Order: sequence, then structure tokens, then C-alpha cells
Amino acid sequence: MKFAVLVFPGSNCDIDMYHAIKDELGEEVEYVWHDATDLSEFDGILVPGGFSYGDYLRCGAMANQSNVMVEVKKAAEAGKPVLGVCNGFQILTEAGLLPGALLRNKNLKFMCRTVQLKVENNNTRFTSQYEKNQIINIPIAHGEGNYFCDEETLAKLKANNQIVFTYSGENPNGSLEDIAGIINERGNVLGMMPHPERAVSDLLGSSDGLALFKSIVKQWREAHV
Amino acid sequence: MAKVKIYVTLRESVLDPQGSAVQGSLAKMGYNEVTDVRIGKYLEVQIGDSERNIDELVKEMCEKLLTNTVIEDYRYEVEEAN
Repeated sequence: MKFAVLVFPGSNCDIDMYHAIKDELGEEVEYVWHDATDLSEFDGILVPGGFSYGDYLRCGAMANQSNVMVEVKKAAEAGKPVLGVCNGFQILTEAGLLPGALLRNKNLKFMCRTVQLKVENNNTRFTSQYEKNQIINIPIAHGEGNYFCDEETLAKLKANNQIVFTYSGENPNGSLEDIAGIINERGNVLGMMPHPERAVSDLLGSSDGLALFKSIVKQWREAHV
Repeated sequence: MAKVKIYVTLRESVLDPQGSAVQGSLAKMGYNEVTDVRIGKYLEVQIGDSERNIDELVKEMCEKLLTNTVIEDYRYEVEEAN
């Protein structure tokens, strides 16, 4: 399986993402600059964290206007898996690929620590290798991860089981319903604030993130091999 | 030529932790009459000659990039240059 790691000016988790795929997962991966106009050779799209365009105006707002985002929308429409982490999640909401928005953390602080997540839905192509309700340790590092959406959207998210990860125990940012990660209705676009790519080896303190990437590959192999 | 003044505010349904913190500081300073503070953004956009209707142009820019209508409202004023 061949992954693209998108790189915007100000991305800073692209190397972690690349490492996770290449060294820990053992799959093909390439960096793709934000002005790329073709993603057709890739089977999965990874939108990494960071501070694209310095978070100017709003997190992810300007990255969403990049050429490559037109291609990301095409890939999502084609049913390819698209994962957005942290700033990547913010970009995917700005792009309208996921509902809602990410606001300033309720306590106004940049939160950088490992948190516990609960796998609310393991019936997705991103989480099949977890148990339902499994508690996993994944780091967060964000100042604007406070998920918000209107009541109607929240009702839809719940009805369709689109809330994939919630914070377990302490909610670090004040997000609605403790939401840490959501998936689109079709089930091929996942956005999450915590960083699974930083939890892919015991040396890093946790390897709980690896199962997410393994889930993506498993689904793809079953469909393509 | 026109100068467009755009005011972007968080929608009423959206909590503004920054505004709450500022209100807290004002209360601590003795300004107990302050009942709420909301923080927004102010943009000045200079627009040169265009064949397009300026309202249409400004609304389009606001909705495509300058604001996120999921969480923000906007209003604007157009100042025509002499």
C-alpha cells in the first residue's frame, strides 16, 4: 500500500508520519508538497500535524486553499482512506470533508502530553484492530483542539456512529462530548487531534497508535489483493 | 477602489474562552459592570477596479476563506475611495 504524507509550509509532524509508515508499518510512503496536482498513484492520504501557514487567520484555513486539497477531495470521493491528525484534522474540517470545527482549548493553554482515548467505534477501516471501548495511550499537542459542532450535526454524528475516539477520564481541551476523533459518513475520512504517529513504538512511550495504521492496511489488502 | 472593513465574530452559540478570560481580568480590576466580552477579528481589505459587484465579491471571499461559517459570523462596511 502506498501512502502520501502531505507537506504544507509549517507542517511539522510529516517526518513522524513518514517514519511511522515506512519504519514501523513497513509500507510505501512519499512526501507530497502542497502544490501537487495529482494524487492518483497513492492508496491512502495522510494529512499531518503542524502549523500550516503559521495558523494565520484560522488553523487550516489557508492550507485548505492549496492545490493538493483539490486532489484530497477527489481521493476522498473515490473512497480512498484519508487521515488528518491535529492540524490535518483542522484542515479536513476547513475543507468540509468532516463536519464541525476546532476551537481554542477551553483553558487557553497549549496541551502537550499523553492522554487516554477510548475507542468508541472499532467498526471502521481505521480502527478494526482495536477492541471496542479499548483504552489507548496517545499523545496530544495542540492549542486548538476543542471540537465544536451544532446540535443537529452532533445528533447525526451519534446516530451514524461517527464519533470514533473520545478522551477517557480528563478532557484536555473542552471538546463537545469529549470528542477526540470523528469519521465521515462514508467511513473513509478520519480526523483526530491526538497523534497516533507519535505512538508507534514502545521506545516512544506507547505503540498504541500502530493498530490504527495496521487497520488501514488490512482493509486495503482485503479489498485489493 | 474601495476599502472594505470586515468584522468577524464568533457565533453566539460558540463559547469564547479568550473573551471570558478578559472579562475575568476586567472584573478583577473592578469593572464589575462588564457582563460579557467577545473577541473577534477585524480585517481591512483594499479592492481595486473590478467588474464584479463588490458585495458579491466580499461575501464570496468571506465565505470561502476569511471566515468559517460553522463558528463565525461576519459583517462588513464598504468605504468607496474618492
